[in-house]
Amino acid sequence: MSDSHVRVDAHGYEYAHQFDSAEHQHSASQLGMWVFIAQEILFFGGLFLTYTVYRYAYPAAFAQSSHHLDVTLGCFNTAVLIGSSLTMALAVHGAQLGRRWTQVIFLVLTIVLGSVFLGVKAIEYGHKFHEHLVPGPNFVFDGDAAHAQIFFSLYFVMTGLHALHMVIGIAILAVLVWQAWRGAYTPGYYSPVELTGLYWHFVDIVWIFLFPLLYLIGRHH
Amino acid sequence: MLERLGLMPAQASTMAFQVDLLYGFLIAVTAFFSLLIAAGVIGFSIKYRRRSEHDRTPHIHGSNLLEVVWTVIPLAITMVMFFWGAHIFVTLKRPPDDALQVNVVGKQWMWKLQHLEGRREINQLHVPVGRPVKLTLTSEDVIHSFYVPAFRIKQDAVPGRYTTTWFEATKVGEYHLFCAEYCGTVHSGMIGKVVVMDPADYQAWLAGESTSAAAAAPADGGSGSLVASGKALYEKHGCITCHQAGSVLGPPLAGVPGSTVALQDGNSVTADDEYLRESILNPQAKVVKGFAPVMPTFKGQMSEEQILQLIAYIKSLGGDTAAAHGKTGS
Amino acid sequence: MTSTNYLNADYGIWSWLLTKDHKRIGILYLISITFMFLLGGLFALMVRLELLTPAGDLLTADTYNKMFTMHGIVMVFFFLIPSIPAVLGNFCIPLMIGARDLAFPRLNLASWYIFMAGAVFTLYAIFTGGVDTGWTFYTPYSTAAANTKVIPAAVGIFINGFSSILTGLNFIVTIHRMRAPGLTWFRLPLFVWAHYATSIIFILGTPVIAITILLVAAERALQFGIFDPTLGGDPVLFQHLFWFYSHPAVYIMILPSMGVISEVITCFSRKVIFGYGFVAISSLAIAILGFLVWGHHLFLSGQSVYASLIFSVLSFLVAIPSAVKVFNWTATLYRGSISFNAPMIYALGFIGLFTIGGLTGLFLATLGFDVHVHDTYFVVAHFHYIMVGGALMGYLGGIHYWWPKISGRMYPEWPARIGAAIVFVGFNLTFFPQFIAGYLGMPRRYHMYPPEFQVLNVMSTAGATILGVGYLLPLTYLLWSLRYGKVAPANPWGATGLEWQTPSPPPTENFPVTPTVTEEAYAYAHRAEPEYV
Repeated sequence: MSDSHVRVDAHGYEYAHQFDSAEHQHSASQLGMWVFIAQEILFFGGLFLTYTVYRYAYPAAFAQSSHHLDVTLGCFNTAVLIGSSLTMALAVHGAQLGRRWTQVIFLVLTIVLGSVFLGVKAIEYGHKFHEHLVPGPNFVFDGDAAHAQIFFSLYFVMTGLHALHMVIGIAILAVLVWQAWRGAYTPGYYSPVELTGLYWHFVDIVWIFLFPLLYLIGRHH
Repeated sequence: MLERLGLMPAQASTMAFQVDLLYGFLIAVTAFFSLLIAAGVIGFSIKYRRRSEHDRTPHIHGSNLLEVVWTVIPLAITMVMFFWGAHIFVTLKRPPDDALQVNVVGKQWMWKLQHLEGRREINQLHVPVGRPVKLTLTSEDVIHSFYVPAFRIKQDAVPGRYTTTWFEATKVGEYHLFCAEYCGTVHSGMIGKVVVMDPADYQAWLAGESTSAAAAAPADGGSGSLVASGKALYEKHGCITCHQAGSVLGPPLAGVPGSTVALQDGNSVTADDEYLRESILNPQAKVVKGFAPVMPTFKGQMSEEQILQLIAYIKSLGGDTAAAHGKTGS
Repeated sequence: MTSTNYLNADYGIWSWLLTKDHKRIGILYLISITFMFLLGGLFALMVRLELLTPAGDLLTADTYNKMFTMHGIVMVFFFLIPSIPAVLGNFCIPLMIGARDLAFPRLNLASWYIFMAGAVFTLYAIFTGGVDTGWTFYTPYSTAAANTKVIPAAVGIFINGFSSILTGLNFIVTIHRMRAPGLTWFRLPLFVWAHYATSIIFILGTPVIAITILLVAAERALQFGIFDPTLGGDPVLFQHLFWFYSHPAVYIMILPSMGVISEVITCFSRKVIFGYGFVAISSLAIAILGFLVWGHHLFLSGQSVYASLIFSVLSFLVAIPSAVKVFNWTATLYRGSISFNAPMIYALGFIGLFTIGGLTGLFLATLGFDVHVHDTYFVVAHFHYIMVGGALMGYLGGIHYWWPKISGRMYPEWPARIGAAIVFVGFNLTFFPQFIAGYLGMPRRYHMYPPEFQVLNVMSTAGATILGVGYLLPLTYLLWSLRYGKVAPANPWGATGLEWQTPSPPPTENFPVTPTVTEEAYAYAHRAEPEYV
């Protein structure tokens, strides 16, 4: 943002020239992030719809395939991700209060927990590769292999897309850490942290749906 | 008359006239409203053309009454269109019980057809006039669509599943058969003809010697009926080994088509043609309750036509001639 | 044009490529989509030339299949969908609502770069072998049988989708948060309402095509078997996912055009719109109902009869709000003061052609009728009536209407009127015979055809040639006007609307002081005299 495009309002807070005040800018940014999340819901929604159609058509194959996923690692990852949402919320809180070190520490913790999640996912993917459960010519399955391949195709696309969103989130968080350390976020301007928080919570919620749908089919039997 | 002017296709089936009548209604409504709007636009444009830069216009906000009128009337007219079209559509989806059965397999880039009595054709369909004919369609590769403009019928042939349509030809003659779903290089060459014959001529044709088209038939050997070919396949692939009464390896098949089958996972399913096909190609998908998943797959060992022949044979096992003649649960 | 305006405020290529000014970004889009339009038109020309004769004698079958595929992909994704929103919406919406820019100017520029990136991938696919799946990419042909550049084309469309999404996001936030004081929702120009409804579709529909085309690419590249029938996958599921977006997409293409028509009809009748509230809400109704009708593309796919019945009813319902608009526009002319400038000729032509196109949509919604004409030239004629006779006419009308504001110059009126007339005549000659050919039984996407269809095809190709001339005319005289056109005043049409209260072309900041709005839209009757400032 070049300087001629930045204005300062009555409270001394900066805002971009197309807005009338920092509060105006903040309100617009928030609405923008919610609209973005709405389209993300539809983006994942197509995959959830596909999952629903195939699970309804092939319940046995889906249940059998689901049992090949590691529930322990899945539960652990779920806890890690929920924990990262907590640290993210605390980081936002720190930004709202202008507490520099609070922000930095909790943003870093969020990155760490997110990275742990991705590390565990990488381990799981490695297991699937060795068990010949990656769809394609090397797929081997004892049972209804055709429909199991559909399950695993969906598994990799859905968790892969989710992981990609995590990677992007972590990259953004890294930038936020740097900016927070420089003192960029104050009670007058903390929307980047807040909006990233919204995004991070959304990615967390997607996982909370993915986990039972993929890992917990028919586990009560 | 419109047909002779080249503006309409031949009306050669029982449904063709009905579809044309509906078309006439739709054109009439369209013409009426188009002319109404055109008259309004042109009339107002002329009558209210700008006379001077100082023209003043009245501040007419609108009229709730008019809005209601021109919402309700189009709604009513569209509902007439809906019910009329739905009626024809539902009729097209319900083949008569006495329809002749023909299996159709589309592939890049030809139509392979087989009559119940066994006679095969490629890119041609011979039918008798005045008898309903039911087509069961599938594809070996990509989606195709079986289209006979003169009959006003069309149905997609989808790989991995069976679709059906029916018609009753009313005029002897030859009519275009097109593929109407884009399927690659020779999509526009995947055409042929439907030959409608007098019933006596049709019987003669049916009983006739193999033509060169039938000589190109797949190598299951027989030019016998669907049921006979299916029986040969049943024996060749050893189905009887497991599927006999009292066997612990596989359930008996007599009477299964059309019935409800209980599955190992607690669900139940109607044994329609697609279920039978799936059980042959992917037997692990729906294992019958009380049996182990030991049936081998026959994927790659049978063509789509052969699967249809086998299904015809399985349907004949119950002694149910109606099932053997094409009445399916699909 | 001696004062500072957005065109001369800064010079140099980087002042354009790194601009945050919504007006400059609109111009960037204008140049890009005009190029894509000419490319898509070239493919159309090849198709129509081949179809002059029944035999497939001009192009090989594979080349022909690529021509109609790439015509569809380029025209739908890289011309029609962006056209009015990215050019006229970007340029006019902040001006119309009294704002200095959109809510997120940098995101706006990013949208254009994303559009260009998507175009690069798609052009790569086109020029290194082409794609031949049809713009509809039906599986399993696109995933298993085609051996053309499906993956780069799919990636190009995927990337382009995010350009749409971000534009829609920007418009929604802008319209909610950036309106000038006094500009309540029901005082907004109908062009803005149309873009608000369009943006809802951008946000909710585009992600679904994105994930769908991604799955097609994944299936091709990695052999995932989601739509593969040999793996128990369902090729018809692809059709559901594809059309869930692609049907609302057609409303993305027509709603903005309807917004233009509302602006032009009121201005050149010098009269308030008849039924403002109904026209505004009908845009929202079209957007919402438009999400419920996708299954009418699947009537013959093997989907259940019950599903087909429901989709048929809903498809009739979605036509009603469009009909309401047409009646309201016609009623607006009543007791107006009508002048026939080029934008008005385009608008009046739109009303006629959209009426026919929309009514033929009812034919297709009629189940028993659709069985016969599905996948024939009847469908091709229907959607070209809407997209070309409707959307494109609205785009051209809008370009002419706001040309003085955008460029500071008047276009030459008589060549423009003649161009509009040529487009109207050429269009009808091109596409009306296709209705007849379709009912006669000529299927779509046919490289060669039986001889009885030839006369209709020759008429269609003749019309296409005339249509082409009609499009080349504006290209030439609009460029000519940049240098030789009459200098435009702020309000050459005497129109209401905030965009006309600022100079032509506007200064970068749009308004030196944010205006306050005190009256309703199109308050022509309240003006003593037309204000040609």
